Amino acid sequence: MDFPSYYLDHVAGGRLIIGLIASLHVLINHPLAVGAYPILTFMEWWAHKHGRKDVDELAYKITFIVFIVTTTVGAMTGVGIWLSTSLFAPFAIGSLLRVFFWGWFIEWLVFISEVVLIMGWFLSWKKADTTEKKKKHIRIGLALSIMSWLTMALIVAVLGFMMKPGEWSQTRAFWDAMTNPLYLPQLGFRTFFALMTGAVFVWFASFFFTRDRDRSKPQGQRLRKWLVYRLSHVVLVSLVMTLLFGNWYWHNVPEVMKANSAVALLSQQFMGWHSKFASLLGWTLGAFLVIAIAGLSFSSLVPRWALLIPSFMGIWLLGHFERAREFMRKPWVIGDYLYSNAVHKDELAFLQSEGLLKHATYVKHREVTEANQVECGQDIFMLACSRCHSTTGLNGVIEKFGLMYGDDKAWDSSGMLTFIQGMHQTRTFMPPFPGNEKEAQALVAYIQHLRTTREPLQGAQTIGIDAAPLPATADNHVTQQ
Amino acid sequence: MIPSFLLANTPIPRDLPLPLPLPEGLLKTLLVLFFLIHILFVNLMVGGSVLVVVAEWLGRKRRRWDSLAHAIAKTVTVNKSLAVVMGIGPLLCINLVYTMQWYSANALTGHAWLMIVPLVTVAFLLTYLHKYTWDRWAQGPKKTLHHANGIAAMLLFLFIPLIFLANVNLMLFPSEWEKVRGFFSSLRIGNVLPRYLHFMAASIAMTGLFLAGWFGRKSSDLSHLPGFTRPELRRIFYRVTALVTLAQFGFGPLLLFTLPAVGITPQLYAIIFSGAAVGLLTLIVLALELRASDEHIGRHYGWICALFTLVVLGMGSGRHVYREAALHPHQAAIQERTQSYAAALAEFQKAQVGKPAPAEPDANQLFMNCAACHAPNTKLVGPPLTEIAQIYAGNPEGIVTWAMAPGKKRPEMPQMPPFAHLGEASLRKIAELMLEKGKAP
Repeated sequence: MDFPSYYLDHVAGGRLIIGLIASLHVLINHPLAVGAYPILTFMEWWAHKHGRKDVDELAYKITFIVFIVTTTVGAMTGVGIWLSTSLFAPFAIGSLLRVFFWGWFIEWLVFISEVVLIMGWFLSWKKADTTEKKKKHIRIGLALSIMSWLTMALIVAVLGFMMKPGEWSQTRAFWDAMTNPLYLPQLGFRTFFALMTGAVFVWFASFFFTRDRDRSKPQGQRLRKWLVYRLSHVVLVSLVMTLLFGNWYWHNVPEVMKANSAVALLSQQFMGWHSKFASLLGWTLGAFLVIAIAGLSFSSLVPRWALLIPSFMGIWLLGHFERAREFMRKPWVIGDYLYSNAVHKDELAFLQSEGLLKHATYVKHREVTEANQVECGQDIFMLACSRCHSTTGLNGVIEKFGLMYGDDKAWDSSGMLTFIQGMHQTRTFMPPFPGNEKEAQALVAYIQHLRTTREPLQGAQTIGIDAAPLPATADNHVTQQ
Repeated sequence: MIPSFLLANTPIPRDLPLPLPLPEGLLKTLLVLFFLIHILFVNLMVGGSVLVVVAEWLGRKRRRWDSLAHAIAKTVTVNKSLAVVMGIGPLLCINLVYTMQWYSANALTGHAWLMIVPLVTVAFLLTYLHKYTWDRWAQGPKKTLHHANGIAAMLLFLFIPLIFLANVNLMLFPSEWEKVRGFFSSLRIGNVLPRYLHFMAASIAMTGLFLAGWFGRKSSDLSHLPGFTRPELRRIFYRVTALVTLAQFGFGPLLLFTLPAVGITPQLYAIIFSGAAVGLLTLIVLALELRASDEHIGRHYGWICALFTLVVLGMGSGRHVYREAALHPHQAAIQERTQSYAAALAEFQKAQVGKPAPAEPDANQLFMNCAACHAPNTKLVGPPLTEIAQIYAGNPEGIVTWAMAPGKKRPEMPQMPPFAHLGEASLRKIAELMLEKGKAP
């Protein structure tokens, strides 16, 4: 509430945009960087050891694709997560940066070396023409694989922290934030998932570089057989490990959340996701298993399109995983510390007693009156609801109340008021309403007004800001002096 | 004390209630240093993309320029990757030190800020396409297409810095925020356009100096640049650097004298003019180099780089001194408001501790959890109490069981959420109250 609200009404605040950028980033990072670099380095090493120029050549061509994609879309979506969260949840990313500065700082140094190494590795590949140079070149690939994994290993700490800050809630210490309870299982899950999808990616990409022009000399066929046989092993081993770590992870979450959350319902909400996730996980792992076993013994029978099945299921699984992770975290953006609408846990009662408008920075009025009720309600909506809800669009409040009270009937304002004040009890993924009674009434008035007018709500990027003068209260000596 | 003019129209937000991870002064020093490293690679990326286009254009008549353009293009794709990755450090620091101003500026220009991601991605993909199709798209209409590709990448690289500049500029002037209506209107605040000219000129001068060194290295392989000698290449890029640096003596004062007065201090003038004096010295050494014979050209390259570093450090510190002066009153006001809010909050919490613990909620209070959906006689969201009382007459346990894990019975109504978190005892109280209320006529 202390930042101007960037707001896109039709896409429900902006979670969707953060989600799209972040998912695209993960889909590039996991298979193409974390997963593929070690596999490609292995190919280069093996080719050197056995004098197989064709394997080296194939590894180089696939690295070209990885190089282009990771240094453009991969790098920019990584920065994009930051740019988009800075628009939609500046309070959250701002807080995370203060908690995780050292993690991010080290990650930055690792990332610099990753970028330098990928450029060095790819651009010097053809120049490594002696045994000495080749050995050095392979070592660059190895270093790159390690750095690439490390960037993920550092960032996963932040993801686990946002769901379950662990000891940090008491100590506020960086180290406790890094070693949050969900860290290791999630890291293991992501590592092997990356290797598994990375192997399928390399396998898929190899189809395009192993086509035989001369059918009487099936060199491409032979090369592909060599590769697929080995990749099948990678898929099989990673599959088992993904399953083990995935289980550890998923069985950890509810216990931890139950123990620390007064709202036991959250785990029940989670159980619904859990069963869907479990069946999807089962089908996806099954698809990887079938492909891997086929690759071990009769790889020539595996058509190119068949690889797309586990790949797409993997994408779906990962997307679902990220979504479930986000959902389970609700109503928090930082577990047990900061609600998703920027209200801190420890200031909730204060704001409910004093009023949200009184202490907000960007509002038109400080007090709700008969005359300004709808305008105040709109500001309340922007402050308390707009990070997740749109007005009439996706995840819109009109749609939500329509589901409850019926689209064709009048909505009972006193019922709405009761609902808003107790919604965190009935919908435990919602944060408690952070204002006083008059402000809740203003919100109801705005929603009723919105229902008839269906006026789209504009963000600060379009209509600018209002900053009503601060009242001379305890919170604000500034104006008194 | 906060000047009254500032309070009249300046939003004073509260800061985040978490401490900075490093001393503020250290973060600011790191910000200036990291930013200069980042901007160096940005300069080389932007300036490089311009010089590629110019050289390729010259190459349409004289082949040797085309090979030179290709050689420069190869540096751009490397520098662009470093520009991105080096940008994270300063972004980290600016986020921490100027959290309130920086994110506010981002939000006010939000669409453009978000567009950075796709625009930069496209620009990067275009530079790769340009580089890797050089030999294949070498003749006729394909060459025109190839050149157009280079121009498209350049135009993107010329536009994107404007978004960053608008933000860096806007964060300095909180008192102007209420006037801003998106990115384009933010360009009218402060002196964005003189800053932009200054930045563009610096980009080309830096790239010239970099290329003079890059092609001037004894170890550099010039076999793919037929028609050029090493001294000639050095001279070309020295000339670019010298001419543009000369132009900076026009853009620099334009930038300085159009800066809004809010952050101008004598200290700033001292830094900027010392920087300009070193710039003048650099120009003189450059002129000496340009006059040197083929054998001797390049001898002062190290000196020129060192002098340029001093100029850049001067300008970077000048920027920082201006920012500090411009934002000082706002930062102080934020701090004051943050502290008094924290004090009011602490006082409130202290008062809460003294209060007796709330009594166990009675049945009527507990029923508020249900009242939003269940009214006595009318259907709100779920069935009215009269109907519930009929179904569960004499069976409050049935209501409890249902509320613990509701299912979906009525297709026309939304499914009820579970209420297990209220606990069986409370649910039992609610159930009895419901049956009683539902009985009443």
